[in-house]
Amino acid sequence: MAETKTGTIVKVAGPVVMAKGMLGSRMYDVVRVSKHNLIGEIVELKGDTASIQVYEDTVSIGPGEPVENTGAPLSVELGPGLIESIYDGIQRPLDELYKAQGSYILRGSHLPGLNRQKKWHFKPTIGNGTQVGGGDIIGEVQESPILLHKIMIPAGVSGKIEELKEADYTVEQKVAVVSSPDGKKTEIKMMQKWPVRLGRASKQRLSPDSILQTGQRVIDTFFPIAKGGTACVPGPFGTGKTVVQHQLAKWVDADVVVYVGCGERGNEMTDVLIEFPELKDPRSGQPLMKRSVLIANTSDMPVAAREASVYTGITIAEYFRDMGYTVALMADSTSRWAEAMREISTRLEEMPAEEGYPAYLAARIASFYERAGKVECLGKPERQGALSIIGAVSPPGGDLSDSVVQATLHVVKVFWSLMAKLAQQRHFPAIDWLTSYSFYKQHLPKCFKDKQEGLEMVELTQQAMNLLEQESQLAEIVRLVGSEAISPADRMALQTAKSIREDYLHQNAFHEVDTYTSMEKQYQMLKNILHFHTKSLEAISGGVETADIFKLGVWEDISRSSFVPEEQIGQIAKIRDKIDEQISSLK
Amino acid sequence: MLTEYQTVTSISGPLMLVENVSGARYGEMVEIEICDGTVRHGQILQVDRDKVLVQVFEGTEGVDISSSTVRLLGKPQQLAVSPDILGRVFTGTGRPKDGGAEIVAEKFVNINGNPINPYSRDYPNEFIQTGISTIDGLNPLVRGQKLPIFSGAGLPHDEITAQLARQATVRGKGEQFAVVFAAMGITFEAAQFFINDLQSTGAIERAVLFINLANDPAIERIATPRVALTAAEYLAFERDMHVLVILNDMTNYCEALRQISAARKEVPGRRGYPGYLYTDLATIYERAGRIKGKKGSITQVPVLTMPEDDKTHPVPDLTGYITEGQIILSRSLNRKGIAPPVDVLPSLSRLKDKGIGKGKTREDHADLYNQLYAAYARGKECQELATILGEAALSEEDRKYMIFANQFEKRYISQGYYENRTVEQTLDLGWELLSMFEDTELKRIRVEFIKKYMKRK
Repeated sequence: MAETKTGTIVKVAGPVVMAKGMLGSRMYDVVRVSKHNLIGEIVELKGDTASIQVYEDTVSIGPGEPVENTGAPLSVELGPGLIESIYDGIQRPLDELYKAQGSYILRGSHLPGLNRQKKWHFKPTIGNGTQVGGGDIIGEVQESPILLHKIMIPAGVSGKIEELKEADYTVEQKVAVVSSPDGKKTEIKMMQKWPVRLGRASKQRLSPDSILQTGQRVIDTFFPIAKGGTACVPGPFGTGKTVVQHQLAKWVDADVVVYVGCGERGNEMTDVLIEFPELKDPRSGQPLMKRSVLIANTSDMPVAAREASVYTGITIAEYFRDMGYTVALMADSTSRWAEAMREISTRLEEMPAEEGYPAYLAARIASFYERAGKVECLGKPERQGALSIIGAVSPPGGDLSDSVVQATLHVVKVFWSLMAKLAQQRHFPAIDWLTSYSFYKQHLPKCFKDKQEGLEMVELTQQAMNLLEQESQLAEIVRLVGSEAISPADRMALQTAKSIREDYLHQNAFHEVDTYTSMEKQYQMLKNILHFHTKSLEAISGGVETADIFKLGVWEDISRSSFVPEEQIGQIAKIRDKIDEQISSLK
Repeated sequence: MLTEYQTVTSISGPLMLVENVSGARYGEMVEIEICDGTVRHGQILQVDRDKVLVQVFEGTEGVDISSSTVRLLGKPQQLAVSPDILGRVFTGTGRPKDGGAEIVAEKFVNINGNPINPYSRDYPNEFIQTGISTIDGLNPLVRGQKLPIFSGAGLPHDEITAQLARQATVRGKGEQFAVVFAAMGITFEAAQFFINDLQSTGAIERAVLFINLANDPAIERIATPRVALTAAEYLAFERDMHVLVILNDMTNYCEALRQISAARKEVPGRRGYPGYLYTDLATIYERAGRIKGKKGSITQVPVLTMPEDDKTHPVPDLTGYITEGQIILSRSLNRKGIAPPVDVLPSLSRLKDKGIGKGKTREDHADLYNQLYAAYARGKECQELATILGEAALSEEDRKYMIFANQFEKRYISQGYYENRTVEQTLDLGWELLSMFEDTELKRIRVEFIKKYMKRK
């Protein structure tokens, strides 16, 4: 560890401060700036002068004031107490800050990320005398009713474990000692620290091979994301990016959800804080908050901390992945993160690339998304963890040629394109079915217990997509010559496509039943629509008028299927009998 | 002890470089005494060793290098606040403009404020009745929301903001209400229109005005919204008032920001606006809301004029990303003589669902606006179709929707600037307009509400 250095400020320009006398400092060391004790990070070194990005407001700071190097990079505290927390971009607990200082975030406030007083009941899972190494699980803490927090040996420590005992501990108390062959003894505490800009190691990277179910029909059916996969949601304002992110945070079948509100609205975070403790996870029946970690660096909070917030979030997410859990990280919005990078870069007077963004923008984005993935975790017992990243992008003017969108699309495997036109028609989620894509579709069948059903679902989705494609081509013709001029079969295709859009893809996030749809229900609903289509085509070739088919009462049942509760799924399957009955009555 | 320097070495645009300065602080205020003895004000933008970059609020015209004296004031930009600010008119930087006495400060507050801890925010959910149907009925405003008006040159945003200031109220509560008005680069006429309107209703007693007119120094505008919000925060969170803040016009503010950025030779972003425009706007717009344990609230209505009515221009675009919806004015409705010409379809209030419904407005409110919205959207398409193909080419059903759209514009949207409708009147009018459709066509309204509220003749 480098010795503590104290330098002197020579220049202040917004969030960037330069200090001399910093020889011996390393890049990305954390420093304390001025007598106000502001937190900053070294982002550039020239001779003995360091450029520092400061995470707090720099008004009233001037040359001559001291800068103290802590000798350590920006790190997060990992251990019991993360779940249900709400942090700012550099892991300061916002609830604790509120208790300590009131409604506003004042400068120079320091509170540790993990509560130091709270005691957790620790239960060893191995015996004293066992040989352990980095990543090995030595015990557990029931952190919340649904999350068993695994305590792991920090990286780089190995030897024989001693003094391991079941008891109540704070995060700073010793729970065991590891003595290495050379006689060195290392105290093991429940809390460990990890530098945020460095990805946590794993034994081996694996290819994602199962679907992260979201309960959102357009996503699960057409553009699914994998456990360990990456997705990007770009869209202009008002198209519902945040609602999509919130819906995913609520309903994904992950063990842990990390939600990073990066440079977005304060009231949106309040919304999450009010809703999450009340909403119940459909699988465990427990409040969603019991599996969530929130990071809120709203747009009015300092810009440098916004830059750090996504790293803070992903490091916490990786830590839970290392326990062998499925983790989902939502970052809303990565554009604000990129803008923060641009702002710091400008103040450093770096040569800009496109749109003023730094030349390293694409590299930073790529390496961030690359921290997602499915892994064979380090240490014993053998386990697999997965971390999915879902990033919202807010392109200026909704223009997808924006640098952030393009850099993101280079690396992500799923693209949900939000369209202003759909949002204006109040079609939500406004995910455009024609331009979005997913590379994980082949894993869809695994979501079903019945293998046959899974394979059938793949066929159904393909058939539905063909109809939507057909609709987009026919729509042009119909606009020119009217719907009377096309063949009855084409008219039927248009009608079915409309049904797919309005009764299936459209999903009301604010309706208590419609907000979440299980895979099984999705299968039944889609099957009904396409069954009706097939039966109708048969009838049409038998001479039945399309107009008569459009008048059938069973449409009503199809369009109301989305409001049928999960427990009554049987009702949806029964609609098929009704379809057969009503269509045969026409003949 | 104030320190003075006569070491100005260069002046360019609104910026001034002073050398051999010691003890300067970032963001500190300075006074500049120029050769004719007058005093100007400025703020430090950057301190580099002994060199200080100052932005001069009143501009640098007539300032010379050799005889100007720069005085460091040792404090950031502050506003003197006390309950006496109500009923007063100030300049864009917070000095009295109405010829009245200086404010005897209860305290001085840094105009940049501090970020609100997201944990301490209380969710906005109290319905504000504005008396304007297109807002109350379709895009309800709630206390603590920030809802901008996207306007354009020649559109009547001044009339709408005046109407809002005059009529906005939370019903059934005799709570303290105040209006804070920040004018940035608007014309004397526009500002006077607003002031006269407030005077005619006596609301001026409960208003604080910060006026930076089109011919006032552009750089001063950078401070104006912050000064206004500092006053609003004081009234809301220390004096328990419900404050409506009107910021008019944010486009001028952004242009001033661009001017400074260009003078500093910063790398420009889109259309020459600085890359930090989003962050800068957010530090203004986010100063709205409710705070746990405090009685007051700040509701913001920023006004901005979209150059060429282009919603993707950086100013409306970034604003839309921060604010909670937008009210968009339509040139074509304005041409048809419909007032206020609110373009219903692209307008949006993101917090609408939180402020309406049983116990707040009425149980049928949400279903009703969904239905009106859908019917108007359809009617609008039919209107367009009719202009292309002629009315005769429309089907029976399409014609009905077209008639609905025309009626909706004429009666629901158009109400003039002085009609103050209660929310019940607005809702009932919605039902009346929908009565031209059969019950079965009203798919978005629950059957029980149709039974209860539909009055057919």
